Amino acid sequence: MTATIELKVNGQNHHLDVDPDAPLLLILRNNLGLKAAKFGCGLEQCGACKILVDGQAVPSCATPLSAVANADITTLEGLGTPANLHPLQRAFLAEQAAQCGYCTAGLIITAKALLDKNLQPSRAEICEALDAHICRCGTHNRIICAIQRAASEMAR
Amino acid sequence: MSIDPLIRFSTDGHVTLMIAHVEIGQGILTAVAQIAADELDINFTRILVERADTERTPTASYTSGSNSIQIIGSAFRQAAADARHLLLAKAAAALQAPVESLRLTDGTITDGEKETTYWALQGDQLFGETELGVGQPKSSEEYTLVGQPIPRLDLPAKIAGTPSFVHDLCLPDMVHGRVIRPPTYASTLESIDENTAASLPGVIAVVRDGSFLGVLAEREEQAEKAAEALRQNARWHVQPLPAYESLYTDLLAKTSQDFLVVDGVPQDGPVPPIETPANAVQTLEATYRKPYHMHAALGPAAAAALWQDEHLNVWSHTQGVYPLRGSLASALDLDDNQVRVQHLEGPGCYGHNGADDVALDAALLARARPGRPVLLKWSRADEHGWEAYGSAMLVKTQASLDEHGQICDWNHDAWSYTHSSRPRPMAGASNLLAARYREKPLPPPTPKPGKGSHGGIHRNADPLYAFARRRVVKHFVPDSPLHTSALRGLGAVGNVFAIESFMDELATAIKADPIEFRLRHLDDPRARAVIEAAAQEANWRSGRRGNGQGRGQGLGFAQYKNAKCYVAVVFDVEVDTASGQIHLTNTAIAGDAGQIINPDGLANQLEGGVLQAASWTLKEQVHYGPDGVTSRDWDTYPVLRFAEIPPVSVKLLDQPGAPSLGSGEATQGPTPAAIANAVFDAVGVRLREMPFTPERVKAALTQPQ
Repeated sequence: MTATIELKVNGQNHHLDVDPDAPLLLILRNNLGLKAAKFGCGLEQCGACKILVDGQAVPSCATPLSAVANADITTLEGLGTPANLHPLQRAFLAEQAAQCGYCTAGLIITAKALLDKNLQPSRAEICEALDAHICRCGTHNRIICAIQRAASEMAR
Repeated sequence: MSIDPLIRFSTDGHVTLMIAHVEIGQGILTAVAQIAADELDINFTRILVERADTERTPTASYTSGSNSIQIIGSAFRQAAADARHLLLAKAAAALQAPVESLRLTDGTITDGEKETTYWALQGDQLFGETELGVGQPKSSEEYTLVGQPIPRLDLPAKIAGTPSFVHDLCLPDMVHGRVIRPPTYASTLESIDENTAASLPGVIAVVRDGSFLGVLAEREEQAEKAAEALRQNARWHVQPLPAYESLYTDLLAKTSQDFLVVDGVPQDGPVPPIETPANAVQTLEATYRKPYHMHAALGPAAAAALWQDEHLNVWSHTQGVYPLRGSLASALDLDDNQVRVQHLEGPGCYGHNGADDVALDAALLARARPGRPVLLKWSRADEHGWEAYGSAMLVKTQASLDEHGQICDWNHDAWSYTHSSRPRPMAGASNLLAARYREKPLPPPTPKPGKGSHGGIHRNADPLYAFARRRVVKHFVPDSPLHTSALRGLGAVGNVFAIESFMDELATAIKADPIEFRLRHLDDPRARAVIEAAAQEANWRSGRRGNGQGRGQGLGFAQYKNAKCYVAVVFDVEVDTASGQIHLTNTAIAGDAGQIINPDGLANQLEGGVLQAASWTLKEQVHYGPDGVTSRDWDTYPVLRFAEIPPVSVKLLDQPGAPSLGSGEATQGPTPAAIANAVFDAVGVRLREMPFTPERVKAALTQPQ
C-alpha cells in the first residue's frame, strides 16, 4: 500500500509515493540515494543508521516513514560535502578516526547533536552520548579525540 | 615476469596500482601506495588504486594471516624499482645522457639541461616481459614516504558518506533479495506456502532449491516483508544443537587428532607423555578456556550478483576474489571464466565471516531472474547466527620450576575445532553455506588439521621463551557443533591467553615480578625491548602481584606466529568486588613491526586489535542451544561500548632497514592475558575462562584460589 508522503531532507522537500510503513533508512538510501546512514541491526541497537530529526540524533532503521512526515531531517550528506566538509568530518580525517568506516556516519551525526548542545564535552560526556553506538574495529579513542578536536575548532 | 599486472602508467601523470589484496579497514591500499610512490620517486597524489577484480588484478589468495604487507608490499616495491630502472634507461637514451647523470623528481627526469617525464616516456604503454629484479629497491635512508603517517586513501569518501560499500551499490534495474535460513545447521525445509509471500506487493520471485529459501522483490522493504512472511510459515525439520553450557566437556569428550608441535610445526607420529624432570622443585598446572567468538561485523554481510548470458558477475566484500570465484564456479557447476568477482568494501570483521556465503545466496537468486542485478543483504539475526565463528579452545598447561626459579619443563595441550574453512574450489563439497541446502546438496568438506607452521589451533602455541624442555601438543577436533573459521588471531588468542597467564602464575609461585620473570626466559632482544617499552609506557609497578586492593596492572606479550610483529600490552584495571565489574582504566601497547611503512596505520591496527580483543575478553561468547544460536543481536551478544573503553597509548619501535612484519593480528593474544594478569594483581583471583563477566569475577572472589 503506497501513499504520497512529504519529506524534508537536508533542506529539500520531496514528494514520495511509497509505503508509509517503510523504514525511513531504506527510503533515504534507496529513494533519495543518500547512502551515508547505514543499516546495522534494524533494532536501534548499534547507531549505524543515525540521522538528525529536528536536531535530535535518532536511529532511522526502525522508524516508519509516516512518523517523520513533517520533520526536518538531516543526514551526513547534509552536514558537509566532499568539497566542503563539516568541522566534525575534517576532525575525523585529521585523527584518522576510522578503520572500516561503517560506523562513521552515525557517529558524526550523534556528535553533531552533542556539540549543538555542549561545545566543551568531557571524555565522559562524549562516551555517554555515543553509548548507543558500536565500533567493531576499535577506533573509539580516535573518535573521541576527533570530537574533541572538532569541538575546539567550532568553539573558536 | 612483467611489471604490467601490478603497475600501469598513464599519459595524464598518474600511476595505477592493481592491488589484488583487499582493504578491510587495515589500510593496506595506502601502505602499498606509499611503498610504490617512494620507489618510483613520484608524489603520493599521483597514485591511483584499482581494487581487486578477477578480470583486472593479478591472481592472489586471501587477504589474511597478517601477510599482506610482507607479500604484496615486497612485490610492489620490486616492481616499482624495476619500472624506475627501466624508465631511467629509456630517459638516458632519449636525452642522450648517461644514466648516472640523471636526476629524477616526481616523475620528471633531467640531465641538467634537457628533461623528459615518465608520462612522456611510458604513456599508456605496457612494459611487456621484463627481467624481474633489474631495479635496486631503495635503502631505508632513501625513503621519503615510507615511514610517514600518510592519511588513508579510502577514508575521505567514507567520512563524507559517499557510497563506499557493497551495501551502497546501486545498479540499473536492480532488485533486492533476502534469504530465510533454517533454525539450525542440519535442519531441512519440510514445507512452505510460497503464495503468501509471492502475492505480496513487489515480489518478483520466491526461490526455493531444496532447503535453500530466498525471495526477490522490486524494493528492499518489500523483500523484507516477503522474507518475514516466508519465515512465519516455513516448517522446518529441526536437528537440535547441543547446549553451549557443555561446550568444553563436549570438546574434550570428542575424538581428537593429536600432534606434537615442534618449532611451530605439527609432527606426525606418537605424542610423548608429560614427564616431570628430576630437577623440578615445583610443578604447576592450569586450564584456560576461550568460547566461540563472533566477528559480528557492524553491517550484515551483503553481495550483489548479475546473471546474464551464462555469465555471473558478483560484487563482494570477500577477502579473496579469486578463491571466491573458483568456489562459486564449482558450487554452481560453471567454469571459472564464466564468473567475475569484483571487490567492494564491507564492514570490518577481520576474518572469514558471511561475506563469501552471501555471494552464493545472491548468485542463486540472480540466476532466478537473469538480466536483473540482485543486491542481497543478510539481516542482523542472519549475521549473528550464520557467520563462521572463531573456534572455542581449551588449553591445559603444566610447567616445572627448578631450584633457581627457571622453568625447566613446559607442557601445553590445546584442544580446538578448525580455524580455517574459507571457501576454496573443490569437487563434491563446498564451504559456501547455501550449497549444503540445495536440492542437489554439496556438503561442507570434512575439516582437516593444518600442518603448516603456526597454523590454526597451534598458532603461537609454541612460546618464544627459552625453556630447557618443552612439549606442545595440538588436539584437532573435527566436528564442531558450530560453523567455525578464521577470526583475527585464530588459535593465537587461546594459546597466548594461556601462555601469558601461566607465565604470571609461575612468577607468582616464586614471588617474582612478572616482567623480570619473563625477561630471564627471553633471549630475543626485540622481544625484550617491546616488553620493556610497554612497561615504561605504562609506568609499570614492579614487584610481586596479587595482593592488590582493587587496582591492578598486568602484561601480555607475543610475537605473532613467532615470526611477525612483536607486541607487549599492559592493562591497568580497577575491579569492583561488590559488582564483579572490571573497569579497564588504561592500556599501553609497544610494538615492533620491523621497518614501519605507516606509523599511524600501524598504531591504528594495534590499538584497534587490543580493543576488539578486550571486548572478547570481558563480554563476548556465542550462546546456542537445541533451537540454534541464541546470540542473535547486540543485546544477546553484548560488546564493549564507548564508556567501557580505556585510553590507549602506543609506542612503536621502528627497525629501519629490517623487513616489515605483519601486525594486524598481533595484539589479539596478549590482550586477554594482560587483562587476566591485571585482575589478579588487583584482587588476587585468577580468571582462566573468557569472558570475564561480573558473575565469573564474583564467583572467583568467593572461591579459595
